Amino acid sequence: MDYSSIFSYMYTEIALVGVAIAVLLYDLLAGERGRKFFHCFTCILMLLFIAGTVVPYHQGTGEVFGGMYVYSPVAGIVKSILAIGTLIVFLQADSWLRREDTTFKRGEFYVLTLSTLLGMDFMISSGHFMMFFIGLELASVPMACLVAFDKYRHNSAEAGAKYILSALFASGLMLYGISFLYGTTGTLYFEDMAPALDGNALQILAMAFFFTGLGFKISLVPFHLWTADTYEGAPTTVTSYLSVVSKAAAAFALMVVLVKVFAQMVEYWQLMLYIVIVLSITVANLFAIRQKNLKRFLAFSSISQAGYIMLAVISGTPYGMTSLIFYVLVYMVANLAAFGVISAVEQNSDGKVCMDDYNGLYRTNPKLTVIMTLALFSLAGIPPFAGFFSKFFIFAAAFEQGFHVLVFIALINTVISLYYYLLVVKAMFITPNDSPVANFRSDNSTRLSLILCLAGIIVLGLASCIFDGINLYSFGM
Amino acid sequence: MNILSLFPAIPLLMMLGLWVSRNTRQIHAVMVTGASLLLGLAIALVAIYLGMRADGQTAEMLLTDSFSWYKPLNIEYSVGVDGISVAMILLSAIIVFTGTFASWKMETDVKEFFLWFCLLSVGVFGFFISVDLFTMFMFYEVALIPMYLLIGVWGTGRKEYSAMKLTLMLMGGSALILIGILGIYFGAGATTMDITEIAALHNIPENMQRIWFPVIFIGFGVLGALFPFHTWSPDGHASAPTAVSMLHAGVLMKLGGYGCFRIAMYLLPEAAQELSWIFIILTTISVVYGAFSACVQTDLKYINAYSSVSHCGLVLFAILMMNTTAATGAVLQMLSHGLMTALFFALIGMIYGRTHTRDIRELSGLMKIMPFLSVCYVIAGLANLGLPGLSGFVAEMTIFNGAFMVDDTFHRVVTVIACTSIVITAVYILRLIGKILYGTCENPAHLKLTDATWDERLAVIVLIVAVAGLGLFPLWMSDMISESVLPVISNILN
Repeated sequence: MDYSSIFSYMYTEIALVGVAIAVLLYDLLAGERGRKFFHCFTCILMLLFIAGTVVPYHQGTGEVFGGMYVYSPVAGIVKSILAIGTLIVFLQADSWLRREDTTFKRGEFYVLTLSTLLGMDFMISSGHFMMFFIGLELASVPMACLVAFDKYRHNSAEAGAKYILSALFASGLMLYGISFLYGTTGTLYFEDMAPALDGNALQILAMAFFFTGLGFKISLVPFHLWTADTYEGAPTTVTSYLSVVSKAAAAFALMVVLVKVFAQMVEYWQLMLYIVIVLSITVANLFAIRQKNLKRFLAFSSISQAGYIMLAVISGTPYGMTSLIFYVLVYMVANLAAFGVISAVEQNSDGKVCMDDYNGLYRTNPKLTVIMTLALFSLAGIPPFAGFFSKFFIFAAAFEQGFHVLVFIALINTVISLYYYLLVVKAMFITPNDSPVANFRSDNSTRLSLILCLAGIIVLGLASCIFDGINLYSFGM
Repeated sequence: MNILSLFPAIPLLMMLGLWVSRNTRQIHAVMVTGASLLLGLAIALVAIYLGMRADGQTAEMLLTDSFSWYKPLNIEYSVGVDGISVAMILLSAIIVFTGTFASWKMETDVKEFFLWFCLLSVGVFGFFISVDLFTMFMFYEVALIPMYLLIGVWGTGRKEYSAMKLTLMLMGGSALILIGILGIYFGAGATTMDITEIAALHNIPENMQRIWFPVIFIGFGVLGALFPFHTWSPDGHASAPTAVSMLHAGVLMKLGGYGCFRIAMYLLPEAAQELSWIFIILTTISVVYGAFSACVQTDLKYINAYSSVSHCGLVLFAILMMNTTAATGAVLQMLSHGLMTALFFALIGMIYGRTHTRDIRELSGLMKIMPFLSVCYVIAGLANLGLPGLSGFVAEMTIFNGAFMVDDTFHRVVTVIACTSIVITAVYILRLIGKILYGTCENPAHLKLTDATWDERLAVIVLIVAVAGLGLFPLWMSDMISESVLPVISNILN
């Protein structure tokens, strides 16, 4: 066996395992003084990891382990986006991890997060359904531990239980679907399976089951019921990780599998996605209007954003792929900025996360308020922020393939979503409050992460080079 | 760098300046410098433009410039102006300049107010210089969103309700515009986003035009106060702070008319011709309904807001007549209405700042107390009802002249109906002037009030000079406009 090709193509995963082991060892070996620099150490390590892997090394695709693992440059791009998201989450996690009841297990936090990231990396690079499933599970199981990380807090433990039960159910369905696929085609390799599919009833059922498994990860309606409770109960940092990184990986994986494997059954999955998109966007938007807890609010917002991401998937074109990745990147910085602010306010005000607590926040914490506002504007798709561009591009991608009515429904929904985003803006800027959240100075690490996100929100849209860079590598049907 | 790109760039620099300034003096210094620079630049632009035309440059868009932006969608940052956009840029510059002075006494959160105000100006100027569909739409939305906070934070009355209503209705309109833009882009073969190039290609299939024309026309029509999508306008204008009402009624509503003309009519000519009757009926309703509504209002701002619905309806009415005279009249009306409505809102703001009421039942005999403001108010009113010598006359005369040129029964009838608005306008304007300015002052508290200060006088005088200038010397402007509406009209008629 040629080991050099393993190192040459799997460099991201190998480096990530290296980072995880280094963090684990540091946690074990570092003394009392060394632990002070634990956060710093981890972030620098992540930064080095990102710097080393951000640009794909190979222009073409390559296989390892006989096609179980498939390297493609576009997957490399997605992996670096996920890694950047993880780094930002780490930066935001610091003040939470320094709290007395969590500080002794911060090593676990880093390692568990890194192993979910590793699982996602394997999932998006897999060329075989078994590999895909293992990657998905590697991403799910540690995630449940992360959700229940504040285990002495009732909510967190409950959220963890909810997450793991729904995740296992979804995985079970997916595995069932995969077994149908194996039964009808006799193979689990993506490449061999694609021509063998002919769209018979069993295969359609299999595809629906497979889609359910991923739909759960992406939290699309009707697989979204766990989302709001889990988002609310999980520690805010974990929620932000769950809402962006995990979702982004699953969305990309879904597009790859649908386009690569189910290319023969395109009309079936387009119809399926059509229904799911309309439901996700509309239902989530209507629910979001009534939310008072900002974490629940962002949970529903992220469900509707997932619906928008699916607009790029439904197009199935290379351009759609580019706009998917770009959308995910933009959504990531905006959502992380919003969660970063929520987390900072929560840490500094004894856990205030309700919209009413944010009344008059501008008077006491203007900078955080502005960042939150710009993040929400970006999520709502207001120019000149990046969200406007990414929304325009996915609309164009779906429109190009003739989904005019679908784009129209999505556009009407952007107006509804603007309404509830503006409700938060209204609370912060306009509604008076006698006892607003007191002024505080958040820690440097959170500030750094918010500056990164803010730069992303402003620059990603206006500088076209990022979109062009992604466009170089993307592919489709 | 092209001179046109300076127009959105200067407000951006002003925002930077505001960000670092520490007290009100510095903020005022930044605003006055920037606004004067913009006004000077706009006047220079008119001179340059007229000079280039006099040199015999016949291209549709002058001073063009473009950079490739997003290659996969053929999106470019491309700018260029014709007579219509030059006129609109001049209008915007005048209103930004006077709006700055009209909000001189702003006390709460001055810095934030002007920051959003400048962002609004970036959007407005950017919209008028763009010839690329995407860039144009982007600037359009940039101009809309600051309104929410400007009204919500600094407004009066039911400000939260009005701000939300305005933002959502306009954003609903812009959702329609977005899908219409995609429809035009892909309908024209997905090769270019440039407006003049798409018009030259002239290849959008007619059945697609029939879908996208109403979509885009309504989309922009929402901002142009097209009946029945005008309901945001009275609430929004009544709640907004003075400078924002000025900029919004004066300039932003013109974005709607400009967009209808430049995008809906220009790029989808066959459908425009086929479906124009629906919108002619709607705009006629706007014109008459707006005027009648103004008659029964008791709040000064509501009166002016409904009057704006009526006058902006006339703009859309005129462009749908599809001849050069009426279209020229439409652009003149945009200019004239922009100037006089800004003047109105400025004066209302000044009166309200003193009397703390806008209810006409509580105001009377102001002429003796604040003669300067009252005389200006009379001038604004006379311009509004179309007195010869002021801008309103020129614009409305041209519009009705042009509309009457279309010689079939339907157009004749709606023209006659729309003409009645002139009379109704006279009713509510004269009633208003008689009620609040003349007679004896019944409220003793009002007797102690003072007349306009220097900053207010400056703002008002600049606007009056512009209104009278346009009314007395309309030809240079109408010539400049009519040669620019020609390509659009001929695109529709061929």
